[in-house]
Amino acid sequence: MTISHLKYKIQNLKQYEVSSRENILKVVLKNQPEERALPVIDIPVTTSHEEWVEALKKRLEILHVDVREVADYAALKDLLKQEAIPQDRTVTTISELSDVSTLIEAVKEDAHSLEDVDLAIIPAHFGVAENGAMWVTESLVKYRVLPFITQQLAIVVNRKDIVYNMHQAYQRIAGTNYDFGVFIAGPSKTADIEQSLVLGAHGPKGMTLYLLG
Amino acid sequence: MHSKVTNHADAAIQFNLDEPRVDWHDKTLWFIREKRDLASHALPEWEQLREYASQIKNNVLSNLSQYLQEFEKNAIANGVIVHWAADAAEHNQIVHEILKKHKVDRMVKSKSMLTEECGLNEHLEHNGIEVIDTDLGERIVQLAKEPPSHIVLPCIHWKKEEIGELFHEHLGTDKGASDPKYLTAAAREHLRETFLTRRVALTGVNFAVAETGEFVVSTNEGNADMGAHLADVHIACMGIEKIIPKQQHLSVFLRLLARSATGQPITTYSSHFKKPQPHQEMHLVLVDNGRSVQLGKEDFRNSLKCIRCAACMNTCPVYRRSGGHSYHNAVAGPIGSILTPNFDMRVNKDLPFASTLCGSCSNVCPVKIDIHDQLYKWRQVLMKEGLGPTTKNASMKMMGWVLSKPALYDISGKAARWVLKNTPFVVSNGMNPWFKQREMPAPPKESFKEWYKKNRKN
Repeated sequence: MTISHLKYKIQNLKQYEVSSRENILKVVLKNQPEERALPVIDIPVTTSHEEWVEALKKRLEILHVDVREVADYAALKDLLKQEAIPQDRTVTTISELSDVSTLIEAVKEDAHSLEDVDLAIIPAHFGVAENGAMWVTESLVKYRVLPFITQQLAIVVNRKDIVYNMHQAYQRIAGTNYDFGVFIAGPSKTADIEQSLVLGAHGPKGMTLYLLG
Repeated sequence: MHSKVTNHADAAIQFNLDEPRVDWHDKTLWFIREKRDLASHALPEWEQLREYASQIKNNVLSNLSQYLQEFEKNAIANGVIVHWAADAAEHNQIVHEILKKHKVDRMVKSKSMLTEECGLNEHLEHNGIEVIDTDLGERIVQLAKEPPSHIVLPCIHWKKEEIGELFHEHLGTDKGASDPKYLTAAAREHLRETFLTRRVALTGVNFAVAETGEFVVSTNEGNADMGAHLADVHIACMGIEKIIPKQQHLSVFLRLLARSATGQPITTYSSHFKKPQPHQEMHLVLVDNGRSVQLGKEDFRNSLKCIRCAACMNTCPVYRRSGGHSYHNAVAGPIGSILTPNFDMRVNKDLPFASTLCGSCSNVCPVKIDIHDQLYKWRQVLMKEGLGPTTKNASMKMMGWVLSKPALYDISGKAARWVLKNTPFVVSNGMNPWFKQREMPAPPKESFKEWYKKNRKN
């Protein structure tokens, strides 16, 4: 808790809030039923890593994500130059790509200035085959809003960093440190108008996944 | 919060005046139910996951006071400012105070059924604060000055031509245009400008983790993130029942939530908010509003396990044919019908009767709430309190009298069979709501008792 937070707390700590807290906790304690045990989550995965990668590719196709397999960063750079980079404003948070795109550092720039980014290329810690979700944390994107505000999103993930399901995903997340983290499963979308799928509701209109290695 | 309280049955009559539209509404929701089936059947461990989710939520309810304090402690350590609200009024006041402190008179808001429950938008608007809902469906109903009719799909009752008309009026889209792509693009432009200029963003909370103090918000559009990350102040509001014990439990709930809601294996974004950004203030409001009392009702407490997926609404034959607004509450359908009588039994006395008790809701519920059993139990409570429907009260009395006299019962049965056969109009008329959309079945020639007497010797 920072000093400003403390100050805020003291200034705004109204009597009613304190009494509400105590009252709520008191009534909850009185009314909560007798102890029920937590289950032990045990969902075994029997398939192989290669099958997970195949499952991921299939899932991403359904999610309208373009999947490209590349051997290494050199090959990725060639591909980016051919296909993706001729965009007006391309930024990346991957230092290996700094000579083909603008590297974003954690500078004190206002995040609002990212509103005209056409393509953002970011890494993911790992991906999940069962739902196509990529785990991205703040330290990988510098600005939390970057993967949302960009018109097109490209995510780079290592082939070896694919897990099968969400239980494995949280085993990987356990104990790691992040201020903000997000699972991203494809471009932004909506089906609010008569259940017709439209890509690009507020966030990216399209997404490419580069599977490395 | 809906100010115009109506009776479900009366509202359903209104909704059913336009039969083709009811059929369309029914089919649209059934289509989503089918997608849920496909997604759940694809997972061999589906039933195991439901069982885990149910057990975790039972554990949460049995330790809620401890988990709330653990969550609060960890959230504060993460730099989040935690508030407690006893009821809707206090919740609204807390949010308003934060806005006043920052001298802000406009904010963006992503989907939060809790703020609907508390009537936050109305409260803030009365105090001169403009609230813009950023979920596309919610924005549509907001422009139409209507509440959402569904907790996941707020404008499921709107046709694209009508949305086109609404956007033409408010966003200046071409007259007569109704292409969903075109209309969504127009909303995107309009809301992007809004996101970039608002300093305060409010979001809901899907899950709050006691162990880490983080909270998770799920969206497909990315509107919660666009709002929260660009704002100086992020306010997140949640009911106290949204707590889960451990981070690893998110795996169970995120696997179940979107599959149950729309048939997707996960929503596009599952955002984990732990600490505010360096320049940012992050507030979290924990709201009771009747939940702590509900926790003490043995028959009804486990409706607090709800994760707001809406699977019970999509499958419900009554919801699909009466529409969300007929439930006159933020949360409609079967789950709304067992939650809302806890808040106010008198105002919501009609809702436990808005069901056929077919049990489909309980079968699809990802956290195994005994929804149809609770509907039945609420009926018992309401009848005892003298709050049952008036026609039901009278007919129940009559039936009790007839059933207590065997000879009278036999005569009544014969008479009824004669009436059905010879003068069906006597029962099939406006007085009897059963016939509004139905034909009467052919009456049997004899009663079971008569048949048994005749056949017992064979």
